[in-house]
Amino acid sequence: MKLLTLNFLTCAIKTCKTNPASFPLHPRDAELEIVEADMNLPFLRNILPRLMWEELRGICGELGLPELPATPPTPADLVEASNAVHGSAEADEEEPSQTAKDLHRILLETCIQEGKLVCGACEHEYAVKEGVANFLLPGHLV
Amino acid sequence: MPEYLVRFAQAHESFRKVELQALADIAGVTLQIITYEEDSPYCIVDLPSDTAARKVIARSILAQGIYELWGQGSTYTALHDSVHTISASKWSQYETASFRFTVEGYRGGNSTDEQRDIIDSFAYMAFKGPPRMRDPDVAFRVFEDYDLDVKEPKYLYFGRLIAESCRNEAKRRFDLKKRLYISTTSMDAELTLLTANIAHVAPGKLFYDPFMGTGGFPIACAHFGAVVFGSDIDGRTIRGTGGSARRGQTGKYDVVGNFKQYDLESSYLGAFVSDLTNTPLRILPPDKDSTKGYLDGIVCDPPYGIREGLKVLGSRQELLETERQSHQDQYKIPGYIPPKKPYSFTALLDDILAFAVATLVEDGRISLWMPTANDEDIELIIPSHPCLELSSVCVQAFNKWSRRLLTYRRRRASEVPEGTLEAVKKEYEKGTRASDLNDFRRKYFQGFRELESMKKEFVRMKMEPKTNGDVASEADVKT
Repeated sequence: MKLLTLNFLTCAIKTCKTNPASFPLHPRDAELEIVEADMNLPFLRNILPRLMWEELRGICGELGLPELPATPPTPADLVEASNAVHGSAEADEEEPSQTAKDLHRILLETCIQEGKLVCGACEHEYAVKEGVANFLLPGHLV
Repeated sequence: MPEYLVRFAQAHESFRKVELQALADIAGVTLQIITYEEDSPYCIVDLPSDTAARKVIARSILAQGIYELWGQGSTYTALHDSVHTISASKWSQYETASFRFTVEGYRGGNSTDEQRDIIDSFAYMAFKGPPRMRDPDVAFRVFEDYDLDVKEPKYLYFGRLIAESCRNEAKRRFDLKKRLYISTTSMDAELTLLTANIAHVAPGKLFYDPFMGTGGFPIACAHFGAVVFGSDIDGRTIRGTGGSARRGQTGKYDVVGNFKQYDLESSYLGAFVSDLTNTPLRILPPDKDSTKGYLDGIVCDPPYGIREGLKVLGSRQELLETERQSHQDQYKIPGYIPPKKPYSFTALLDDILAFAVATLVEDGRISLWMPTANDEDIELIIPSHPCLELSSVCVQAFNKWSRRLLTYRRRRASEVPEGTLEAVKKEYEKGTRASDLNDFRRKYFQGFRELESMKKEFVRMKMEPKTNGDVASEADVKT
């Protein structure tokens, strides 16, 4: 599972969801893998305002990944400032900036293959096997 | 605005207008349908330009192509007159271009010699360029629309080709027969692609399928440019450890493998094992501001409870204290399987809509398939939610039952009057057995008896008018 998925995942236990500490889930004993993916600028631009920046920064720290900047980038930060001011045809050939490349690397190329995701509120552990996390709750927690 | 002729495939008729409108919306183009009939593959629309027409049709699954309308009429004389009036000013543009000129008939046709005569009758356009069947500069086509078993066409169109759709190529590429990994209930590739179009999939968007199985819908969405992820209550289908639906197929096949097969791995975020009624995804509390959604769309084919069991997490009976303890003691042991219980299909549909409301961005779409017994084909059964607007209903009919593709739009906060969110608590079917919980399942296994009797009645009614020669009542039966 690509790291961006963690931006959307909380604890599956209903009573836990209302607790702010249930988001984000904390990776533990995680085996990471880099899987190359094509750069997707429109997607990065679209998803940018939906990123829970503070929480993602925290996860990167826990995983020992390069630190994300303190403030989320703006859509303009994602493209290389083009020196050709004239020529609107350039719009189709946007060059991703280093910021975009770094973000792409972390969110869309870094995958958790094995390990656990742990809820910060109830400590419940969700196992990740072969890159697939298991959120099925045992009988006593449903 | 100029008129264009859309050449549809004569299949999945109730989806055609819906798809066309969705594609126009995605392209940001104003489209107006001038003439359309379920019974005909020819549809005339108004579009602002050739570029717009190309944009709309390029990714269509049910249209084959789009033509600039150069003339129409019920006879060849009328057609030629119309061609003179509408298109005479355009002839000179193509005077020296290489061109292709073809004739097609729907439910009828002509011999090669007759076709040549038809083509020659357009000689007055005086094209001097070389005819070329492959890759010409411009292609023209005469369309003949016949009634069934009638020798003469009832209507004719003439058009200049603007663009062909991706229909044939996409159907071939995503054909389930050639997909490495499928399951017994994988949805037909044409319908998954169609669903993706109707759900407004577009490059840069994020789509989710909560009942992904072997990933048919996410693959279709990724094909049209979305980034996708999914989940399923059965982890074996995702990891591919549950065996293959193909006889004799062994070895490791999984959902990632399918994405690799189509070179779409870059657009696949991954999948997880979960149950929609206990989803791990972030859920917006109903009173919070609706701009916090994060999914651009949801597409799914939920289990109907027949070929795929409809189960959610939980136990049929309330667990005893000792049983709870034993679950607690053992759930970390590898191989522990959480208990599951049958669930009501109507409750699941409402859960899906509530989930959509809590996760979709404003104007986001959810497209979901649901079965409807033919004898209950009433609009009332379609589930609703105050924050969702039902934007289309398409029907796929089978022999004894039918299913629908429902598409909803997440309303903007400003569209939802305050106080409507007090969730309507519904009474669902109670019980612990699958048949108690699912009306549709019960009907399915009873063999749709009511339908059978309805059919007999239908046949009887059809026979009667013939005996007394009452034409009017026969027409009534048809409708």
